[in-house]
Amino acid sequence: MCNFPLHTRHEHSSATNPAKSKVPRLAAPVGGAAMGNASSMLTQYDIEEVQEHCNYLFSQQEIVSLYKRFCQLDRSAKGFISEDEFLSIPEFSLNPLSKRLLRMVDGLNFKDFVSFLSTFSVKASICQKIEWIFKVYDIDGKGKVTFRDLVEVLRDQTGSFMTDEQREQVLTNVLGEAGYTWDCTLSLDDFIQIIDHPGLKMEVEVPID
Amino acid sequence: MASSSVAADMELDRPNLEDYLPSDSLPQESPRNLHLRDLLDISPVLTEAAGAIVDDSFTRCFKSNSPEPWNWNIYLFPLWCLGVVIRYGILFPLRSLTLLVGWIVFFAAFFPVHFLLKGEKLRSKIERKLVEMMCSVFVASWTGVIKYHGPRPSTRPRQVFVANHTSMIDFIILEQMTAFAVIMQKHPGWVGFIQKTILESVGCIWFNRNDLKDREVVAKKLRDHVQHPENNPLLIFPEGTCVNNQYTVMFKKGAFELGCAVCPIAIKYNKIFVDAFWNSKKQSFTMHLVRLMTSWAVVCDVWYLEPQYLKDGETAIQFAERVRDMIVARAGLKKVPWDGYLKYNRPSPKHTEEKQRIFAESVLRRLEES
Repeated sequence: MCNFPLHTRHEHSSATNPAKSKVPRLAAPVGGAAMGNASSMLTQYDIEEVQEHCNYLFSQQEIVSLYKRFCQLDRSAKGFISEDEFLSIPEFSLNPLSKRLLRMVDGLNFKDFVSFLSTFSVKASICQKIEWIFKVYDIDGKGKVTFRDLVEVLRDQTGSFMTDEQREQVLTNVLGEAGYTWDCTLSLDDFIQIIDHPGLKMEVEVPID
Repeated sequence: MASSSVAADMELDRPNLEDYLPSDSLPQESPRNLHLRDLLDISPVLTEAAGAIVDDSFTRCFKSNSPEPWNWNIYLFPLWCLGVVIRYGILFPLRSLTLLVGWIVFFAAFFPVHFLLKGEKLRSKIERKLVEMMCSVFVASWTGVIKYHGPRPSTRPRQVFVANHTSMIDFIILEQMTAFAVIMQKHPGWVGFIQKTILESVGCIWFNRNDLKDREVVAKKLRDHVQHPENNPLLIFPEGTCVNNQYTVMFKKGAFELGCAVCPIAIKYNKIFVDAFWNSKKQSFTMHLVRLMTSWAVVCDVWYLEPQYLKDGETAIQFAERVRDMIVARAGLKKVPWDGYLKYNRPSPKHTEEKQRIFAESVLRRLEES
């Protein structure tokens, strides 16, 4: 079933999205095909490598669980989960920001998949989480968030129930209230300053069975 | 519940999905003014998305849990090896032989009766008995240990039987007790051949999942079938797809708007020797049967529950949910608010639009107040 090497990069995806960080090709592939028990596919070495890659934000058990999930979603055992396979999760497909997130998550191998989700770990810091939100807005990796980005995300969230004029109006108003002009660009520090508040929770529990 | 749902939702008929899904992404109802942070902080929406990626209730329905390996020490491993030898070397050939003999006897009796015997009633009766016999042979070929609870189905008009669906063997298990007429998706290969020749004799209605117009045609066929007293009782699997016997997906309302009694049947497999869930995306039916035939036994409980009627003021969807609750309670399953056809199709964009509408209205309302 899941007999793909842990470390191959999905070449196609990195060619179309240069913003994604390159992962160096590493050595030995995971052991051969086996039926059923997924954790036998992932050696201790692999688990530790993945854990290091995500800065120890997930425990080893959580990584094993995530691996089972990855294999379950990657039905044709290609080594990455395609857009179609993500969209076959109805709850994900219904999410207004699914298209934007797909651009970030499409074609990731398992290590990067875990790294992608590591922001949602309980152990991740608030700054890391806000930085992640920043990356969702700054999808093309310019390093700053423009008014256009804000309008785009708001458009994803409101669809055809607000006109573009209304969206721009709303954003100009709230930006003005916070002391920014509408044609400003927001940096990561600005984001941290604006969003950080005690109630911020962005956590997902990885089920360990 | 049904009144607040999108009324024209013809593609996926189910009660209001928003009642089931988490709604943390909806902004708080407090009439505060709108601030930049409220718009920038998309963490609830992102959390929902990441939560769905990590674990979602739909995919859980189709997961076959691999059993805990018990052959892990020096004493148990040789025992397990012996078991494998017996299962594959002795039981499997014996069972295949039984099956083969059964098929030969069946065909030898069926075809002459089908083509030569002229009396309608006698022919139908014999064909019914033959089909029941063939199903019993099948059940014997996987050493089916099946306990039936409750009164056996009777052949009366204006009644329909519904059951939860785990594999095509559900049909065989129920058919060996009563010759049901059934509604099935047309399959390719040898299964299709059997569907065409033999099942026609007990009465079969075909449908095509991918054909939207098919629904009205099939609905009419169902109605006609139920009215006719000579027809075999009709068995419908309202989930529309095989689910892993731990969860149930939404019941399609087609079976519940025929204006007749609905008799629920609950089926629960015991995973002790083999998991009877047929994951049609992973295995062909032949491989599934081989797996069953190389295990010790298939253990299962079948409960025939009390016939239900549409109550006053109940919609077909509410009726379907009520019957689903009965089956779920009896068989110890869990309910999930998804349409089984999402295995093959994407969800309707209407649900995303509903979320967008709620958010947009909230933003506009708070903007007006500030």
